[in-house]
Amino acid sequence: MSNGAAAADELRPVSGPSAIAGGWRRFWDLLYLMAVTEFKRTYFETVLGYAWSLLRPLMLFGVLLVVFTQIFRIGSDEVEHYPVFLLLNIVLFSFFSEATTVATPSVVAQEGIVRKTQFPRLVIPLSVVLTGLFNLGTNMVAVLIFTLAFGVEPTLTWLLFPVVLVVLLILTAAVSTYLSALYVRRRDVAIIWSVVSSALFYGSAVLFPIGIVDSETLRHILFVNPLVPLFVQTNQWIIDSDAPTAVAAAGGWEWIVPPVVVFLGTCAAAVWFFDREAPRVAEEL
Amino acid sequence: MAITQDSPEIVGANGAGAADAQLAVEVRDLEKSFRIPEHRIDTFKERAVHPFQRQDFRELRALRKVSFDVRKGEFFGIVGRNGSGKSTLLKILASIYRADAGSIRMAGRLAPFIELGVGFNQDLSARENVILNAVMMGLTPREARKRVDAVFEFAELNDFREQKLKNYSSGMSVRLAFSVMLQADADVLLIDEVLAVGDAAFQQKCTDVFHEMRDSDKTIIFVTHDMIAVQNFCHRAMLLHDGELLYTGEPEEVARRYYRLNFGGVDRERTEAGSTVPVPDVHARVVEARLMDADDNSISNVEQGEPIRFEAVVEARVELNEPTFSINCLNADEVHIFGIEQTLNVEGGRPDRLEAGQRVRIAGELENRLAPGRYFISLWVLRKSNRGDLAMQALSMVDFVVFGTRSVVGTIEIDGDLDAVPIDVEGEER
Repeated sequence: MSNGAAAADELRPVSGPSAIAGGWRRFWDLLYLMAVTEFKRTYFETVLGYAWSLLRPLMLFGVLLVVFTQIFRIGSDEVEHYPVFLLLNIVLFSFFSEATTVATPSVVAQEGIVRKTQFPRLVIPLSVVLTGLFNLGTNMVAVLIFTLAFGVEPTLTWLLFPVVLVVLLILTAAVSTYLSALYVRRRDVAIIWSVVSSALFYGSAVLFPIGIVDSETLRHILFVNPLVPLFVQTNQWIIDSDAPTAVAAAGGWEWIVPPVVVFLGTCAAAVWFFDREAPRVAEEL
Repeated sequence: MAITQDSPEIVGANGAGAADAQLAVEVRDLEKSFRIPEHRIDTFKERAVHPFQRQDFRELRALRKVSFDVRKGEFFGIVGRNGSGKSTLLKILASIYRADAGSIRMAGRLAPFIELGVGFNQDLSARENVILNAVMMGLTPREARKRVDAVFEFAELNDFREQKLKNYSSGMSVRLAFSVMLQADADVLLIDEVLAVGDAAFQQKCTDVFHEMRDSDKTIIFVTHDMIAVQNFCHRAMLLHDGELLYTGEPEEVARRYYRLNFGGVDRERTEAGSTVPVPDVHARVVEARLMDADDNSISNVEQGEPIRFEAVVEARVELNEPTFSINCLNADEVHIFGIEQTLNVEGGRPDRLEAGQRVRIAGELENRLAPGRYFISLWVLRKSNRGDLAMQALSMVDFVVFGTRSVVGTIEIDGDLDAVPIDVEGEER
């Protein structure tokens, strides 16, 4: 009752449900609050709290480290600081895969909110991504300690790490948004995505330096996935400045175009599709 | 807004609107249909297996060219049977569904909820839920934190703030949700039958708040099929049937038409058969009803054995000829325990008639033989209708708990004078 009598008297058209209904301020407030509450819940209300969120990437890391340094022996020979390379990639990829996997059924899971309130639908998948980002933040602390302990020298290019995060965040948000809207119509998206996501794990140069792929054609195919140049470049910036840059690994600037197109295309598709579906979500459920 | 616990001053029917007919909501030619798929394809697998199958749809027209206005400060009822489109309409007003055609214009801020407790997360504490819910209502997180105290104060749940919501009883959750809703600074509220929630004492509190809202400057759109609620709260109402707007106007007339829709068949049969079963009617409303202790203080519960003292003020909405007021007591299982009838006091040559708008106070004392438990007192108002038959309206008045520790077999305790004497086969006392 305090917000301006003049504004309250005027009849304004009601636009109906949409991805961002109810104004930007409410959108950000809700997004932030939902992510923070979910994050707090996992951290402070289980016995192991922080340890839990570290445990999964660390265990995966431990297993893979043994496999690739003791059995296949690609690690130590091909890459400088292979354990650090592996841990950093796993933590970054886990953010992507966990956020997208949890976000896929999120809009359907929040059925009550969607069907009973005027709620900016986009908040739902994005809050999952934001919670994942908080997790990533805490995991990065462990990665930092590990990195320094392994004797990786801090360099000026470490300052470029936020660029990596922003690109990864945008891609994750776009995929999450797209899948969460698609899931409303096609429930087997979740199964399909879990398969695709594990294929991406092996195809995203998480485990190995892209240089060990001999076939040039295969390398170009792998490079279509935007995560590949991202991880290659991260390695060059953070761990080993002598490693090839993304452009060099791709085989020239022209080969950077496909992943950029895929990246932008994914973002555009997500925005277009979610915006189209958002008003109808409540009826489709 | 300020909420007081004591009964608010109840103002007559026209609390709103007459002075300035400013609109809060304007709806024009609203149309909505749903496409119901005959065979729904909801996986890629099915799509792949039947690549050329067309999805066939059945068209369900939920709303057909609905237009109405709601004035500022009005308590506006939307009435209709199940499937009449009233919930669809509410969802379109709340921007949950998108209308196919037509326009809605609204003044001021809308509380974006149509049900209580939506968005409550069972795994979070009550306090966190209050903040989350308040932000959904459009408050800033800072503002929401400031109002937490007020919310818990009103909900009477101060001791349970940090308790997780899954440990709340359903009644407690509802109290919390209701209290949050009251803190949202909304100008327009949409309410989908919330009265039927919570325990008796809290229902009373909700009723008080509704009465207060009714007389405040908030605009409330209320969907229900409870005609008593419509008459008690609404300034105006509209009747929807099969997606069409049948009538907009006085709540009494809306209720009458609603009853006619529902009991249309029954009414005709009854007239033909000449039976005297009263037909549901709409001709009176309860202005105030309360229980009192021996010193006339309002009470909500009665001690076992203490007389039930009550007072009710009823307002006639039409002229009532030879009215009979029947006080009826039902227990929690809706078993009719007793009923007493009272006709109008006609001493001193008063007519046996109430004019429209005239009020009558029905007060007195009832002997209390009730076993401990929860009871409802309702008032049935009967009148001779124009056709000479009986028309009856049931109004709920109070519900209360009889408390006490003396055990009673059955529902009521009666006095008796019995004796048990041993006898022989001849019947002689031994």
